Amino acid sequence: MMILGQTTTLFDWSWVSRNLDNIWDRTVEHLTLTGVAIGFGLLFSVALASAALKWPRIYEPLASFSGVLYTIPSLAVFALVAPLVGIGTPTERFITAEVALISYTFLILIRNIVTGIRGVAVETTEAAFGMGYRRSQVRRSIEVPLALPVIMAGIRIATVTVIGLVTVTSLLGLGGLGFFILDGLRRSIIFPTEIIVGVVLSVALAAILDLALLWLGRAVTPWAEKGIS
Amino acid sequence: MRFSGSSIGLGSGPNLKSADVSDSRYVRPAMIRLDHVSKVFLGTSQPAVADLSLEIGRGEFVTLVGPSGCGKTTTLKMINRIIEPTSGSIEVAGRDALSVPPHELRRSIGYVIQQVGLFPHRTVFQNIATVPSLMEWDPGRIEERVAELTELMGLGTELLERYPSELSGGQQQRVGVARALAADPPVLLMDEPFGAVDPIVRSRLQEEFLRLQQQLGKTVLFVTHDIDEAMYLGQRVAILNLGGVVEQYGTPIEILSNPANEFVEEFLGGERGLKRLALMPIGDSELVRGPVVERSASLAEATAVMDAHHVDWFGVLDGDQLLGWVDRSDLDGRSIRDLDLRPIEMSVSSSDSMRVALDVVVTGHTRHALVVDDGFYKGMLDVESIAGEIPE
Repeated sequence: MMILGQTTTLFDWSWVSRNLDNIWDRTVEHLTLTGVAIGFGLLFSVALASAALKWPRIYEPLASFSGVLYTIPSLAVFALVAPLVGIGTPTERFITAEVALISYTFLILIRNIVTGIRGVAVETTEAAFGMGYRRSQVRRSIEVPLALPVIMAGIRIATVTVIGLVTVTSLLGLGGLGFFILDGLRRSIIFPTEIIVGVVLSVALAAILDLALLWLGRAVTPWAEKGIS
Repeated sequence: MRFSGSSIGLGSGPNLKSADVSDSRYVRPAMIRLDHVSKVFLGTSQPAVADLSLEIGRGEFVTLVGPSGCGKTTTLKMINRIIEPTSGSIEVAGRDALSVPPHELRRSIGYVIQQVGLFPHRTVFQNIATVPSLMEWDPGRIEERVAELTELMGLGTELLERYPSELSGGQQQRVGVARALAADPPVLLMDEPFGAVDPIVRSRLQEEFLRLQQQLGKTVLFVTHDIDEAMYLGQRVAILNLGGVVEQYGTPIEILSNPANEFVEEFLGGERGLKRLALMPIGDSELVRGPVVERSASLAEATAVMDAHHVDWFGVLDGDQLLGWVDRSDLDGRSIRDLDLRPIEMSVSSSDSMRVALDVVVTGHTRHALVVDDGFYKGMLDVESIAGEIPE
């Protein structure tokens, strides 16, 4: 490709080899942001879903609210959260990013936890009670394990969604693979290699995690028929 | 009934109740006692069960039967408190069922439901081990108990590591029963347990379960909407009408002989007489010796026996053994000892039902059912003596 008389290749492997450390660090940042978002998202979702299962009346409002959160464009969420948390320090920026990311996991996780548990066959829980299980034991040893395929499916979707969104958090200067995309675009001469590295790696990350979670899901639910998750 | 070569079961088997079984039950102490129990579901005005009192004796097999909506399942589920009664008292094994914590009560009551309700995420072994695990038995004892039950229920040990979805309907139901029996509860509650399997598997499960129950002596309360199943399995049958009204509670023979009212009569359906015959063992009726002679008898004796019975055939005995029979036309002057005997093609045994005897009488051309137990001749039934057992 000829740009301003300079010869550049579409993809510059030497840049990659010069920046391996950087690429690694950004990948780790990306995974950290994702992991923290999924972890806390799951924590809050479990709490909220438990409440919704206990008081069915709050499920509808809860689902609607997380639905609304989900539809707000990611950039707008950052913009909304930033003034509340601040973006002065790295910690503040991290929290701002996470608040936004976590809010995106709610819709999928809460919905899948609740439907998963509600989907457990009545005869199964009735048999469990009939055998002398306590309420908490039914939840722990019957309902949750049986809801796992649906819950795992939710975790997979949430993970893939968050990985995509983390590329946007680089706007807050938080790194992640989005950094490369942004950096490649910001240069006076657009640098495709950097953009490609950012895009390809975040897509690869999403695909790998999706497959890993699929595998994990099957490993923890050996009883489930293939094709559910 | 024995046909030469093949045999079919027609109301034969362990379902037959001899009279003394039903008599002894009255002295049995009650294992389950419902006293003026009612249940009104939230948001309804009609009670599902209005005022029900029922006693089930220790070791007794009682079936609860009635049309849908009669409250039979509600009644069953109040005993293990899956459904809490609105009023009344329930006693199980001498304990006030309503004052012990439900989970403790339930561990001493086996529970089998129609949809089986096996835990899909647990292997057959883990499913059977459910209650022993809950009661924290040590692993060795659990393993022993599961092996015992696997054997008892005729389940192959290769099934133990499978998941319920990998079993056939009949196998699932067997695992369900094994799971209910695991901690050896004195009481078993069963809610249409054989309703979801095909008729052939169902009748096999019914037969097996009866044999099992006779072996284990559990107190069983069994809910069904199928009157034939209720009559086949129950030592006593409670017929329920809407609102949990007990229309009749008695042995199948009592009920079939004397339906308490029109509702019961209608619920029993047609062929009451035949159904009753199917529940009566041949051994309970008086047999006649019939036209039989010893092998050593003379032709004159044989002719006299035929004439006395107004028949054209006679059976030939060697002591207690029935060797065969002879048609009047076979007599050609040879002595009975030298005649070729015709083989006995159809005979019945004392444990067969009168219904089976009737079939033999109607289809065989001797118009008699020969009763033979293990080769020993017991006597015979003629069509009149069978018809005499059909009321009106």
